[in-house]
Amino acid sequence: MAFKTLKTLMLGGTVAIASITGIAFAAGGGIVGDYKMKHPDWSFNGAFGQYDRASMQRGYQVYREVCASCHSLKYLAFRHLGDEDGPYYLEDFPNSSDNPYVKNFAADWTVEDIDSETGDVIDRKGTPADYFPSPFPNDAAAAASNGGAIPPDLSSMVKARTGGADYLYNLLIAYGTPKPDDVELTPGLYFNPVMDGGKISMAAPLSDGIIEYEPTEVVDHGETKIVPAPEATVEQMAKDVTNFLAWTADPKLEKRKSVGLMTIIYLLILSILLFFSYKRVWRNVKH
Amino acid sequence: MSGHPSTYEPKYAAAKWMDQRLPIIRMGADFMTFPSPRNLNYWYTFGGILALCLVIQIISGVILAMHYVPDVDKAFASVQRIRRDVPFGWLLQSMHAVGASMFFLAVYMHMFRGLYYGSYKAPREVIWILGCAIYLVMMATAFLGYTLPWGQMSFWGATVITGFFGAVPVVGESLQEWLLGGFSVDNATLNRFFALHYLLPFVIAALVGLHVWALHHVGQNNPIGISEKTKEDTLSFHPFYTVKDAFAIAVFLIIFAIFLFYLPDALGHADNYIEADPLKTPAHIVPEWYFLPFYAILRAVPSKLFGILLMLGAIVVLFVLPWLDTHKVRSMRFRPIAKWFFIIFIVMCFILGWCGAGTPDDVAIRLGSKLVDGHDVPSGITFYRLSQIATIYYFAYFLIVLPVLGLVEKPLKRPDSITKAVLGDKAHGETLAAT
Repeated sequence: MAFKTLKTLMLGGTVAIASITGIAFAAGGGIVGDYKMKHPDWSFNGAFGQYDRASMQRGYQVYREVCASCHSLKYLAFRHLGDEDGPYYLEDFPNSSDNPYVKNFAADWTVEDIDSETGDVIDRKGTPADYFPSPFPNDAAAAASNGGAIPPDLSSMVKARTGGADYLYNLLIAYGTPKPDDVELTPGLYFNPVMDGGKISMAAPLSDGIIEYEPTEVVDHGETKIVPAPEATVEQMAKDVTNFLAWTADPKLEKRKSVGLMTIIYLLILSILLFFSYKRVWRNVKH
Repeated sequence: MSGHPSTYEPKYAAAKWMDQRLPIIRMGADFMTFPSPRNLNYWYTFGGILALCLVIQIISGVILAMHYVPDVDKAFASVQRIRRDVPFGWLLQSMHAVGASMFFLAVYMHMFRGLYYGSYKAPREVIWILGCAIYLVMMATAFLGYTLPWGQMSFWGATVITGFFGAVPVVGESLQEWLLGGFSVDNATLNRFFALHYLLPFVIAALVGLHVWALHHVGQNNPIGISEKTKEDTLSFHPFYTVKDAFAIAVFLIIFAIFLFYLPDALGHADNYIEADPLKTPAHIVPEWYFLPFYAILRAVPSKLFGILLMLGAIVVLFVLPWLDTHKVRSMRFRPIAKWFFIIFIVMCFILGWCGAGTPDDVAIRLGSKLVDGHDVPSGITFYRLSQIATIYYFAYFLIVLPVLGLVEKPLKRPDSITKAVLGDKAHGETLAAT
């Protein structure tokens, strides 16, 4: 009897949750023209999925050398790159501000500051505590330089679009798909079948060989491995930068999943114990 | 908490001293030994689950408030900071957002249970009305809270909902301005929404206190809807129902944890990861899933004012339900006709939710296709029509079906008491199981 009721209850709950989730996913734009969405097997998918460190590091290079000329990453500081779960985490540097990679990367960037002696606006080298500087001083300047469209901030981009990582990856590789006749473009607009309505203000940002990859060093279980550099094809770069931006959007994913696993194991054991306690307390009671 | 004679006897001098001055230990002891019907099933565990939900929301919310900045220029960034830099902020923020969904999931289960077993009927009308009031304040709290992260859906959702007040004849515009603290959703709005979002959970807690007090005054309803008659009909709340509730809570927490740790965004909308922009309207403004049925009712009629009245009516009708359902039998186990109308009612609530998520002019149920400008366009029942059908059923269930069935429906044979239902002759027990 109890089992039967429980089953009904759980089934009811599952159905309810499934329909709710279905509803939440129902909204979203469609594909324009003949383009087939690709669904790469992202390393961070699934209950145990983790980020691909080497790909994230290359993705950071793509962001820095390609995307950063128009897109900000304003909710990230350089120190985040060396955080646990981040692309450049090193066990020897639990405080990411001491991480040599982070220090070097920060120094690659110029940030605006106020000279504390004179009060003048000055440019100086970045430090790990600085946030990624935005390419334009304000939205008006961004719009003026980009034909009226403001390049969106990329910090949470993978979470800010229905379809997530798949959407971003396909958006980057779908340029060049033949344009259907009923999509009319005005100057400054480009055809992209993944974009809502098929029109996008961003010209194809990637082309084969636009950057040169270098081998990446990845620390895996205390062992340093050298991952050879792949060829910088559009697909490869799109995949790498999507991996990087998946991390910027959800930097606690690995921690979340590992805490989740422990929590659920704990709750399962607790449920089993409580179920048998329930059976024992009620053993002589008809109900 | 009255309802049953107190059996507490202070054992120690200090406890006795306290009992003569403030009998708070007695209150707790009486709560734990409260005689509950022996036949409560798992549907009756949602009360305890909901109490836990409220506690989770208040604790996570108070800590989030220590890090959140209610300012139009800083709110979105402060939530980003909570998710990225505050120790365990990612957990607290997700817990609070997913927790809101779980809270509504549990409250809907709790309400459906009340509807099915007739828990709103005499002498429990006040418990039911207090429950409706809690639900109403919960909806307000959830709406105010959804505005705080200052994403696109936060902003535009707030704009749409506060716009309802503008549809009130004569005073509408000034009312809307008074609520917003300006002409549009802006800093003044965000500040007052934050203040109210912090206040209302404590109003809910107070209402829950009254809800439980009233419950302990008249006693719990039960799946057969027959009042307790003898001591054999009841069991002490502790340990019998504490252990059953604890098991149900643990199972509920597993579902909660799956969403929290593995699907934290499944119940939200991607647009809310974009900072609010008053100049850019999102393509589809949709509320959170738990408001979708009401959103569908709102959009089921072309007139804005009438839509708002219908939506309000959908909640008001719950408050007067004890006087609409006049049938003397509480539990639908013994109401063969009402039971089917109830099942259709649940289905209609889901359909309304589906319509709320859809675009009104899109085809929901495809029946064929027609040629428009040389293109094959699917034709059939649109979400708009479907939401009208479901809305009519929603109101008809309360305003026509239940009052009419109260007069004409013949109930099945009911057992004499809870004990008889549980221990009675075998044949009788089997018919019970079948129903």
